[in-house]
Amino acid sequence: MAGLTKTKPTPPRWLLAELTYACPLQCPYCSNPLDYTKYQNELDTDDWKRVLTQARKMGAVQLGFSGGEPLTRQDLPELVKHARELGYYSNLITSGYGLTEEKIIALKEAGLDHIQVSIQASSQELNDHIAGTASFNHKKEVAHLVKKHGYPMVLCVVIHRENIHQMPEILAMAEELGADYLELANTQYYGWAHTNRDQLLPTKAQFEKAEIIAQAFKEQVAGKMKIYYVVPDFYEDRPKACMNGWGTTFLTIAPDGVALPCHSARELPGLHCPSVKDYSIEEIWNESKAFNFFRGTEWMKEPCRSCDEKDKDFGGCHCQAYLLTGDMHNTDPVCSKSPHHGVIQAAIDSAAASTLAENEKPLVFRNSKNSKLLS
Amino acid sequence: MSINPELPIQFSRTHRLQWEEAQQKNVILYPEGMVELNQSSAEILKLCDGTRTLAQIVSDLEAAFSTSGLTNDITAFLEVALQNGWINQN
Repeated sequence: MAGLTKTKPTPPRWLLAELTYACPLQCPYCSNPLDYTKYQNELDTDDWKRVLTQARKMGAVQLGFSGGEPLTRQDLPELVKHARELGYYSNLITSGYGLTEEKIIALKEAGLDHIQVSIQASSQELNDHIAGTASFNHKKEVAHLVKKHGYPMVLCVVIHRENIHQMPEILAMAEELGADYLELANTQYYGWAHTNRDQLLPTKAQFEKAEIIAQAFKEQVAGKMKIYYVVPDFYEDRPKACMNGWGTTFLTIAPDGVALPCHSARELPGLHCPSVKDYSIEEIWNESKAFNFFRGTEWMKEPCRSCDEKDKDFGGCHCQAYLLTGDMHNTDPVCSKSPHHGVIQAAIDSAAASTLAENEKPLVFRNSKNSKLLS
Repeated sequence: MSINPELPIQFSRTHRLQWEEAQQKNVILYPEGMVELNQSSAEILKLCDGTRTLAQIVSDLEAAFSTSGLTNDITAFLEVALQNGWINQN
């Protein structure tokens, strides 16, 4: 268009390869889409190799093998080897389920750089309940083996109302397992977590207590263990700078080959996210409608448009705006300047009321049966 | 935490130092993270190979760049590197 100067987007740095939606666990906060059972046709090995090659050429360097449970893909070692040859730093993001010492060694030889093991709680009973699978003891064993074979060990614990009271025990467990990094990820309410929000969202008092304990621990273990603390944005008054800005840094490829600017973007309407079966990564990143949709500030409405912080948080999260206000162009309602900010307090109140209700709703676990019911 | 002048310095086995063609920069890679390095920082870290002490790194770099008086800058950078876990001395 005349008069419009189009600057070339910054290249992707982070590639999240969601190899599969298959998973032996049933965590009720899973970020996969509710209707994941609709997308059964997974990319084959050659498709993934092509994707890795094309994204690396553009400048992607951090690579996450994720899912679902990526270990269910038999070609994982082959993909890891290809990634290493291309110069990626490969992160395996796993539940640990099905990970044996033999596989840990094979993946190391293939060139895997790091294994992140998720644990759902500090006690077997709660871990196995949340995961929907008896997995606690095996996960701890896997954490030991990851260390034994010289990988940096990242322990990831997703925090919500069912386990937030275990914060001191979770920290002690991380120390006992010798974690190099501990990711304390306060639940982000998309996908399955959105469905289960009334049962998962802690109170502000619970958050604040847990944060004080985690902060004190962070100082205590400085130099030995690094803590990544994912903030609970419902208790902030400014939104997160989601994805470091849409289409600036992160590229997610879903199991069926659909390219997403963030792993939740599949639930946004009308984006028509392109598939790697039809286009190259370069075409997708630079030219597709979906990746250009929220680039820059032109798309913004008020209060973002005239806000002096718009270059800091880019209007926050579009998936959250869509889920909570019905319009993905709106300001993330976490922002206290949003005219819809009241929906956040309403969500907090609703979750608090749910704890007091005589018959608290049961958690909806992430499995194929529930996915089909919710699709 | 500070550098022990008696001991050799080595780059961390759980981090990776690598040249990135797309960025025309050296970077340090670690779980889910990346630090971009300027040229002098990269040159210092490349000499942290587990055989050289602080004094040897300084003299090697001063020789390579035909200069002197680098001790303070290199020491300051290596202390930051040690605190970040990019290097170690054991």
